[in-house]
Amino acid sequence: MTTPLLSVRDLVIEFPTRHGPLTAVDGVSFDLAAGEVLGVVGESGAGKSLTGSAIIGLLDPPGHIASGEIYLKGERIDNLRAEDMRAIRGRRIGMVFQDPLTSLNPLYTIADQLIETIRTHLRLSEREARQRAIGLLDDVGIPAASRRIDDYPHQFSGGMRQRVVIALALAAEPELVIADEPTTALDVSVQAQIIDVLKEQCTQHGASVILITHDMGVIAETADRVAVMYSGRIAEIGPVREIIQNAKHPYTSGLMGSIPTLAQEEDRLVQIPGSMPRLSDIPPGCPFNPRCDKVFDKCRVQRPALIPVENRQVACWLYEEATTNEVAT
Amino acid sequence: MSKTSTPAETPLLQVSNLTRIFDVSKPWLNRVVEREPKQFLRAVDNVSFEIRKGETLALVGESGSGKSTVAKMLVGLLDPSEGTILFDGQPMIMNSSERMMELRKRFQMIFQSPYASLNPRWKVADIIAEPMIVLGVEKDSAKIEARVDDLLGLVGLSAADGSKFPHEFSGGQRQRIAIARALSSSPEFIVCDEPTSALDVSVQAQILNLMRDLQDQLGLTYLFISHDLSVVRHMANRIGVLYLGALVEIADSKELFKAPQHPYTRMLLDAVPDLEMTGRQRKEVEGEIPNPINPPSGCTFHPRCPFANDRCKREVPLWTQTRTGVAACHGVEEGRIPSAEMA
Ligand SMILES: Nc1ncnc2c1ncn2[C@@H]1O[C@H](COP(=O)(O)OP(=O)(O)OP(=O)(O)O)[C@@H](O)[C@H]1O
Ligand SMILES: Nc1ncnc2c1ncn2[C@@H]1O[C@H](COP(=O)(O)OP(=O)(O)O)[C@@H](O)[C@H]1O
Ligand code: SF4
Ligand code: SF4
Ligand SMILES: [Mg+2]
Ligand SMILES: [Mg+2]
Repeated sequence: MTTPLLSVRDLVIEFPTRHGPLTAVDGVSFDLAAGEVLGVVGESGAGKSLTGSAIIGLLDPPGHIASGEIYLKGERIDNLRAEDMRAIRGRRIGMVFQDPLTSLNPLYTIADQLIETIRTHLRLSEREARQRAIGLLDDVGIPAASRRIDDYPHQFSGGMRQRVVIALALAAEPELVIADEPTTALDVSVQAQIIDVLKEQCTQHGASVILITHDMGVIAETADRVAVMYSGRIAEIGPVREIIQNAKHPYTSGLMGSIPTLAQEEDRLVQIPGSMPRLSDIPPGCPFNPRCDKVFDKCRVQRPALIPVENRQVACWLYEEATTNEVAT
Repeated sequence: MSKTSTPAETPLLQVSNLTRIFDVSKPWLNRVVEREPKQFLRAVDNVSFEIRKGETLALVGESGSGKSTVAKMLVGLLDPSEGTILFDGQPMIMNSSERMMELRKRFQMIFQSPYASLNPRWKVADIIAEPMIVLGVEKDSAKIEARVDDLLGLVGLSAADGSKFPHEFSGGQRQRIAIARALSSSPEFIVCDEPTSALDVSVQAQILNLMRDLQDQLGLTYLFISHDLSVVRHMANRIGVLYLGALVEIADSKELFKAPQHPYTRMLLDAVPDLEMTGRQRKEVEGEIPNPINPPSGCTFHPRCPFANDRCKREVPLWTQTRTGVAACHGVEEGRIPSAEMA
C-alpha cells in the first residue's frame, strides 16, 4: 500500500481549565490520498476547525495536541519545532480561511503579498515571481490581473478577495490545501464560483484538499470522501455519494434529513431532538446516545470505535456484527 | 398582481411602490474639498406586493438586494422614502396615535442574530414579556407571568428557563426565545429576517419546523426573508425575488422552482448545489453584484444577463404577466427567453 499524503492518527486536542482538561477533539483518525478531496462536515463546535488548525500547526494556545500523530507523506509533523513547521506551512500546506481578510494584510498590495509568499518558498527573481503571481490571479479568475495586482485588498469585493486568498494558498505549489469554511462569509451566487475555482485550481496543481464546511451541498459537489464529525469525533467517513444517499450512522441520517432540498415535498424536516453536548458534559459511551432513536444499553457505557462497513467506517454499535461475522446490515 | 387572491378578502398586507433612498454622501467638508456631488443609494426601488392572511411570502436575493430594508420598513423601524404600506386595509404611518398603537400589536419581527436581538442583562422572562407590556396588551403581572410560561412551552423551552439569562442558551434556543418574544403580543403577522441563517442545519430544521407548527396553530402570516433557496422552498407559498432593490419576479413557490421566468431567478436556482446528486449540472453564476450607488442603466441585471440586448441596456423593464406570476424582463415580455423547465 502506498503511503497516504496525510495521515492523522488518534488526534486528541485539549484545553486546560481549572476543572481539568476539556477534550475538544477526541481520537480523530483519517488518511488522505494524493489528489483527494476530503470534506469535513458537522455542526459548529464539532471540532472541524481545531482538527484543521492542528494539521497546519496553528492551534491557538492553551489548546494543544494532547496525544496522537500527524504524518505528511510518512513524515511526522505534529511535533516539529515552530520554525520547521513554518517552512511547511505555505510551502507544502496551503490555507484558505472563512474570512479572506484574515489571510490578507490590508497594508500591502496584492502583488506584495503574492510575491513575498512565492519568493519565500520558491527560488525566483522578483520579476519571475511577479509574472507567476499574475498568472495565478488570472487562473483564479481575477479580470485584468496585471493591473489589479497592484491594488490593495479593500479594493476587492469579498468574492474577489477569496479568489486572491486561493491564489496565495497555491502560490508555492503545496501538496495539501486546507480550506476552513471558505465560502461561509460570501454571497450565495458567489459561493459556487469560489468552490469551483478552489476545486479546479487544486486539481490542476495536483493538491489534495481538506474542505471544512457545514454545507453538505458544497461537499456533495466537491468532495470525494466526507468525514462527519460530532462531539470531537468522526461519526462516519466514506465516499460522499454513498454517505449522502445512504447514511449509516444515525447522526448522519438525521443531519441529511434536516437539510431542506429543492426536490423535497414533505411538510416537516427531519428533526434530531436536543442539541450537541457542551465539551464539559459529553456523555459516556457514544456521544450521540441521548439524541439517538436507535440507542440501546451498550451505547450508554461503551464508546464505539470506527467500524469498517463496506467501504466506509462508522462509529456506531449497530454495525458491530458487520465486522465480526461479515454480515452486511 | 392580485390575480391569485380572492377578491372578497383584503390581503393582510398591501405594499405599493415602496422605495427607500439612503444618503451615502461623504461628510459635507470632504465633498466640498473633493468636489463631489451628493450620493444616493436606492436600497429599495418601487417594490409592490401583497400577502394574504395565513400565507408565507418569501423574499430572496443576494446580499445588499434590499431584503432587510423592506423588512424594516414593514415593521416601522425605517421610514419609506416613497410608497405605501396597508395593513389590513389601513395605512401604516409610524406615529404614536392610538390607532397606530392598536395596529402595532398585530405585527412583530424576528431577526437573524438571536444574540444581538436579546438584551444580555435581562432575564429571559422579562425579554419575552416586554412587547406585551410596552404595547399594553396585558397589565396584570400574574397574567403576564402565566403567559410567559405558556410561551416558553409553546417554543419548546421550560418555564424554569425564564429565570435564566440569554448567554446560558445555545444559538437555537436563543432563537426560540426570540420567537417567544415575537409571539408575546399575539401578533398576526411576523416579519422573519434570516431567522435561521446563523444556525446549524440540524438546529435550523428544529426552528423551521417550530415556525410552521406555530403558523398552523395560531394562523400566523409570515414575510420570510432568506438567501437560502432550499429553505425558502420549504417555507413559502409565494416567492419574490429581489435584485438591486427591485423585485424582478413574484411567483407561486412550487412554480418558481419548476419554471423560473426571470433570467436572474434562473441564475440563482442554477447556483444551488445539487444535494440529491441527480447529476444536474450546476451552472456557474456570472459576475458579481454591481455597485448599488451606480446601478447599470435600463434593466440593472443586464451586465450579468446572457439574454441582454440593446433594449435591456436602455429601458427599465415593466411588470409582465407570466404563466406563473409576474416578472420584470424585456426578454420574458418579448417571449425570447427559452423555457427552463426543471425536473
Ligand atoms: N442605513 C443605511 N445607510 C446607507 N445604506 C444602507 C443602509 N442600510 C442599508 N443600506 C444599503 O442598502 C442596500 C440594501 O441593504 P439591505 O440591508 O436591505 O440588504 P439585504 O438584502 O438585507 O442584504 P443581506 O443579505 O446582506 O442581509 C445595500 O446596498 C446597503 O448597503
Ligand atoms: N480557545 C478555545 N478555548 C476553549 N475551547 C475552545 C477553544 N477553541 C475551540 N474550543 C472548543 O472546541 C470545540 C471545537 O471547536 P471548533 O474546532 O472550532 O469547532 P468547529 O470548527 O467544528 O465549529 C468547541 O466546543 C469549541 O468551543
Ligand atoms: S452507538 Fe448507539 S447511540 Fe450511538 S449512534 Fe449508534 S445506535 Fe445510536
Ligand atoms: S430585461 Fe434584458 S437584461 Fe434584464 S433580465 Fe430581461 S433579458 Fe436580461
Ligand atoms: Mg469552525
Ligand atoms: Mg439583511
